[in-house]
Amino acid sequence: MGSLFILIPLFVFMLINLPPRMVMRKLAFWAVLALMLLQVGFVLFPSLSSFAAASGLFRMDLAIDKLAQMCLLSIAAVTLAALLTGRALITDENQSCNFMNLLLLVFIGMNGITLVKDIFSMYVFLEVTAVSSFILIAFSKDKDGLEGAFKYIIFSSIATVMILSAIALLLLVAGDTSFAALRAAIKLHQNSHVIMFAISVFLSGLFIKSGLMPFHGWLPDAYSSAPGAASVHLAGIVTKIVGVYPLIRIVHSVFSANVSTNNVLMITGAFSIVVAAFAAINQSDFRRMLAYSSISQVGYIILSLGCGSALGLAAAIFHFFNHSIFKSLLFVNAATVEAKSQTRDINEMGGLAQRMPVTGITSALACLSVSGIPPLSGFWSKLLIIVALWQANQYAYAIIAVMASLVTLSYMLTLQRKVFFGSVSNSMKGVSEADWKLLMPSIILVVIMLVVSLLFPLFLNTFLVPIGGI
Amino acid sequence: MGLTNILILTAMVALALFTVMTRSLLRAAIGLALTSAVLTVMMFRLGAPLAGVFELSVCAGLIPVIFITVISMTKPMKKEEAKEFAIERWSRFWILPIIVVIAAILLFTAHIKFDAKLPPVHAESDVRDMMWGARQLDMLGQVMVLMAGAYGILVLFKEMKKRW
Repeated sequence: MGSLFILIPLFVFMLINLPPRMVMRKLAFWAVLALMLLQVGFVLFPSLSSFAAASGLFRMDLAIDKLAQMCLLSIAAVTLAALLTGRALITDENQSCNFMNLLLLVFIGMNGITLVKDIFSMYVFLEVTAVSSFILIAFSKDKDGLEGAFKYIIFSSIATVMILSAIALLLLVAGDTSFAALRAAIKLHQNSHVIMFAISVFLSGLFIKSGLMPFHGWLPDAYSSAPGAASVHLAGIVTKIVGVYPLIRIVHSVFSANVSTNNVLMITGAFSIVVAAFAAINQSDFRRMLAYSSISQVGYIILSLGCGSALGLAAAIFHFFNHSIFKSLLFVNAATVEAKSQTRDINEMGGLAQRMPVTGITSALACLSVSGIPPLSGFWSKLLIIVALWQANQYAYAIIAVMASLVTLSYMLTLQRKVFFGSVSNSMKGVSEADWKLLMPSIILVVIMLVVSLLFPLFLNTFLVPIGGI
Repeated sequence: MGLTNILILTAMVALALFTVMTRSLLRAAIGLALTSAVLTVMMFRLGAPLAGVFELSVCAGLIPVIFITVISMTKPMKKEEAKEFAIERWSRFWILPIIVVIAAILLFTAHIKFDAKLPPVHAESDVRDMMWGARQLDMLGQVMVLMAGAYGILVLFKEMKKRW
């Protein structure tokens, strides 16, 4: 069944590039849209895909556990939002088709990363995602986009070299690159210097890919310079799948609970939460503020993972899912505001809620959720993180998490006040609400966020409890 | 470690430094090809002929050709610009050879021991079976990396083609 998540998108990619190009270009949007819905269907109703389970055409060792299911859902939801945003913002049909093709390639890469059970295969799919993402960032071919893509390439290449070197060292010790073989080898040679060195290099590589502080140099530029629709995808899910998900998967399935690894994770997570939150306060660029906010929120995920407990793991995954939804929503809103006001400087904005009521409301809900205000989804995941830290006797980290949430609330309210509240500034008088095509992704994301917020107990029992084995 | 290996490693590091530090893009591309060629020799000596063949054909052959093709499309710098650029480059990278030499001395004198009991390496009897059977998913992934790269060239350089 797992192979379907790679083979069907690949088939769709080939299909929409077949002649006659004119017809296929028109069909591309609907084909990609159907694919996203199919992925959601396959995850929520696995029996749908059982007909293909016996397919012997490809020998692919893939696994779909609850952790992978959560990621597949996030991937489908955010890619759907980026697809709809791209359709509304990219008017040229040719460019729009190119964007959808690239989106599809990133989508295949991310599905691959999520499903593999082998560290080298994970590396290969990391590269599929990274190469496609470089092109998405540089898609508009302006100076900022090319600079952002260049920085991403350089940082990503350094991370790639580190990850590949670590894989080579682990292969030397384990003789195989499957998660099971590596786990057994690491257990057998616990005090090996080679293994300790490989783990630290591997973690550093993934920290760069995740954009955690102090490895975040590429992230604010990449997020702020990418085209609007690409930034939704990049900030919403790509960075998490190429950096955070491998961290969770490898720490959970390969390295297992280890005091030193957990300490490194918690220190890096807490550092990112605090420093990025304070860095966000001083930003005047809408997307850069959201970028620093992303670094801070990813810090929460890593901090929770560092608890080493089942609850910590479940909380990390839940915040991963929530963050992918509300941060995509904020980036959709940033792209909408930018398209309408022709600026990203929040000091030039003001009173836009009067002109763009739907965007204003969805943005306010997302800001409150990021800040952890009850009963929104961000509150539940942050609550789980703090409970997990408290149970693991990490009181200092729990207090840091709570205090940083107040800083988050402060800069999110500042953002909301400067952009949407107050009287309409002179330069914004001509601004009007976006059309329904651009509002659609915001509405879909806000509905997902509210459903998760209100049906939290169901979500907890269906997905989170089985992940942690709580 | 034999003298030949030390010479090969030294040549490889020197060529890699030249690649990074030269001010001419064309020379950097040639430097990359030469670095890869020396690495190929090392791979053959270490008993990895298949990896050596890939290194030679892709990294020493295909990639420099792509680089040189793109460089031929760019406008060269004026003499004064080039001089300024060279000074800026040196001010940024002068520390690099020193770091390499210090690292080499440290590694040579450290007597690092691999404390893990390394299993014997079992080369697959049939490379085709290994690549298309055991590592089928990786092959598919690599095909997709190439596809993404090709698509990127199409998306980013199509307008340039029109202009030319």
